[in-house]
Amino acid sequence: MIESLTDILATTVLYMTPLLLAAMGGLFSERSGVVNIGLEGLMTIGAFTAVVTTLETHNPWLGLVTAMLAGMLFSIPHAIASITFKADQVVSGVALNFLALGVAVYLVKSLYKGSGQTPDVQDVLQAMPIPGLENIPVIGPALFRAFPTTYLALIIVFIGYVVLYRTPFGMRLRAVGEHPQAAETMGVNVYRMRYTGVLISGALAGLGGASLSIAIGSQFSESTIAGQGFIALATLIFGKWHPFGVLGASTFFGFAVALALKGQLIGLTTYVPSEALNMLPYILTILALAGFVGRAEAPAAIGKTYETGGR
Amino acid sequence: MDAVEMKGITKRFPGIVANDGVNLKVKQGEIHALLGENGAGKSTLMNILFGLYQPDEGKILIKGKETEITGPTVAGELGIGMVHQHFMLVDPFTVTENIILGSEPTTNGMINKRRAEKEVQAISDRYGLKVDPRAKIRDISVGMQQRVEILKTLYRGAEILIFDEPTAVLAPQEIDELIVIMENLVKEGKTIIFITHKLKEIMRICDVVTIIRQGKFIGRVEVADTDENRLASMMVGRDVSFTVDKKPAKPKDKILSIRDIRVQDSRGVDAVRGLNMEIKAGEIVGLAGVDGNGQSELIEAITGLKKVQSGEVILNGKKITNLKPKTITHSGVGHIPEDRHRRGLVLDFSIGENMVLQTFDQKPFAKGWSLQYPAIHSYAKRLIEEFDVRTPDIHTPARALSGGNQQKGIIAREVDRDPDFLIAAQPTRGLDVGAIEGIHRRLIEQRDKGKAILLMSLELEEIWQLSDHIAVIYEGKIAGWVDPASTTEEEIGLLMAGYRAGTEVTS
Repeated sequence: MIESLTDILATTVLYMTPLLLAAMGGLFSERSGVVNIGLEGLMTIGAFTAVVTTLETHNPWLGLVTAMLAGMLFSIPHAIASITFKADQVVSGVALNFLALGVAVYLVKSLYKGSGQTPDVQDVLQAMPIPGLENIPVIGPALFRAFPTTYLALIIVFIGYVVLYRTPFGMRLRAVGEHPQAAETMGVNVYRMRYTGVLISGALAGLGGASLSIAIGSQFSESTIAGQGFIALATLIFGKWHPFGVLGASTFFGFAVALALKGQLIGLTTYVPSEALNMLPYILTILALAGFVGRAEAPAAIGKTYETGGR
Repeated sequence: MDAVEMKGITKRFPGIVANDGVNLKVKQGEIHALLGENGAGKSTLMNILFGLYQPDEGKILIKGKETEITGPTVAGELGIGMVHQHFMLVDPFTVTENIILGSEPTTNGMINKRRAEKEVQAISDRYGLKVDPRAKIRDISVGMQQRVEILKTLYRGAEILIFDEPTAVLAPQEIDELIVIMENLVKEGKTIIFITHKLKEIMRICDVVTIIRQGKFIGRVEVADTDENRLASMMVGRDVSFTVDKKPAKPKDKILSIRDIRVQDSRGVDAVRGLNMEIKAGEIVGLAGVDGNGQSELIEAITGLKKVQSGEVILNGKKITNLKPKTITHSGVGHIPEDRHRRGLVLDFSIGENMVLQTFDQKPFAKGWSLQYPAIHSYAKRLIEEFDVRTPDIHTPARALSGGNQQKGIIAREVDRDPDFLIAAQPTRGLDVGAIEGIHRRLIEQRDKGKAILLMSLELEEIWQLSDHIAVIYEGKIAGWVDPASTTEEEIGLLMAGYRAGTEVTS
């Protein structure tokens, strides 16, 4: 029984990681006032780039870096469309999702002789036990034998908090997402802040995608991301657009995934059909996105385009 | 020395010339009023001075030096600060965060909150602003929010402060406080430009007035050499009367009776508690009262926008209680709503389309399923001419019109349907004297045509001038009926405060 608990806990931490990374990305974008439905697509590009880089260079760390760069690059069209050209942010994000998946699958086919998936990566990131801590009963093996991406995600939460709430940059970013006119009259460049927010979201979502393809998994196919970007979006809302809230929410969704995967270990499947358990993360996503939680906390200017000196 | 001089400023927007060769000369250390009706171009001129717009022609001199103000940052560097009418404050942020935004004091890259709070406190104390640096904007009063706006400019070292209609959002005692603050600022050597259309305030605190009308410079006068009447006629371009001419009412048949109705407010609390009222054809009944005593709920109940819990509303002998708003409208009720943006107009529709909001599905505006635009347009054109709604044309979105013209449009629509009973809720809120005069005249005209009119207003003076009878509402009931000709303001004041006629006032 203890072993099963440890197993479920470890699985929770494992699946929390990509959600946390992508949601932290979404946090920067949405706090600046730009909705980023495109997280799914950005994760896809990140996952794909990480795999290809690691296959070519045999260096998964380089894979993480290129995934971030690719995510950032791919978020540029979304930024241009929704900030400079004032297109509908949701539509632009949806378009990004299609574009990313299309590009990734096409490149996989052309790079790997028409195959639907990449070859397996041999040099994936390895779990990084933390000496001492890993031997704590129950939680030790679950929390302190995680992938480096997990530790990275946790560090990003803390850095993100400090940046957003303690630095001038963070305060301006949040101001732009709440009341861009006010920020502009105070001399803040609204466009630049929003571009920065979207680019950071691209980098972090790319990293989140990489954590799925070269740490949790070891290859890329059409179904590598499979909705994780949308769950990350739900995580962001459920976490009330706050780094620590997002940490809690991603743990919660990670736990839902863990229950779906490991439910039979603790005998859950005798009460609930495993199909229903598999649906759990997605049902929770719908509930979160339908506005059952946290709507009131959303940045006030989210989704609204801004025009300098607008009347 | 002149703190600000603007010479021959011209600014064109598509379709209109907002400023046409305007001059403004403001001396160091004075309170200078910029007077004009809504839509006269005051805000445009100030947005140019603040760097939000660039002028198409003209020169700006700050402290005698010609300058180009390319943005709010440049304006800030020149010592120009703006206290916006619609506050530019980030709600979830604290007072201090709002003030330091964009020029945050830092230590090792982190915001030094303690230092910022101290600085804010110091400036606040110096000018008697009484602001709590740690409070969140969403938790503080409108008056304090405005003082935060003032602090924002002072924190950046502003020497020239532009106040954009600062009293519009304030309660009377808050206005008094603001005036003290403005006097303190001038004492400390600041220069103030005060945008307004309220003549009383100009007479009370300003030194000099610049008047603009329809984008054009009209004149610059010393307050000591003028009076309200002269300022009003310069602003409007003709003589304005502050009294309403009317003949005695000739009331006829009973049009509306309200019997013992109860209505709840949006939180489910009884707002109207057993109210009775009768209005006859050819009379104006004024509904006086302090805001929030059930006035809005009463009107929404009559017009079908809120459910009547019990009691009856009878129009021309027929029950209209809890009918659909549309049915009530068509059975002869006209409604000039309290909030013209939310209830009066569809702001993104053209002013022409707004003219047929209740009648678009009837002949001649519709045939079966299809709208008959030629009929709608010619009807709208007629209304706009008849009621003098100033708009480039009938296709202009309602949003782009000035408040006074929006209200004229609503009145045109409601009056032209020829209802027996007309409700006018706060019909002149936020309008300037010229527009108010016109609207008052329309209401008297409708009365003399034999309409029954219910006038709700928070301005006692307006109720006084127009009403034939005054009903004072207090806590959802009529506390008393008075005759404006034989009542003092004090008596009404007491009724409004809840003292019943005849009961002794104790302190």
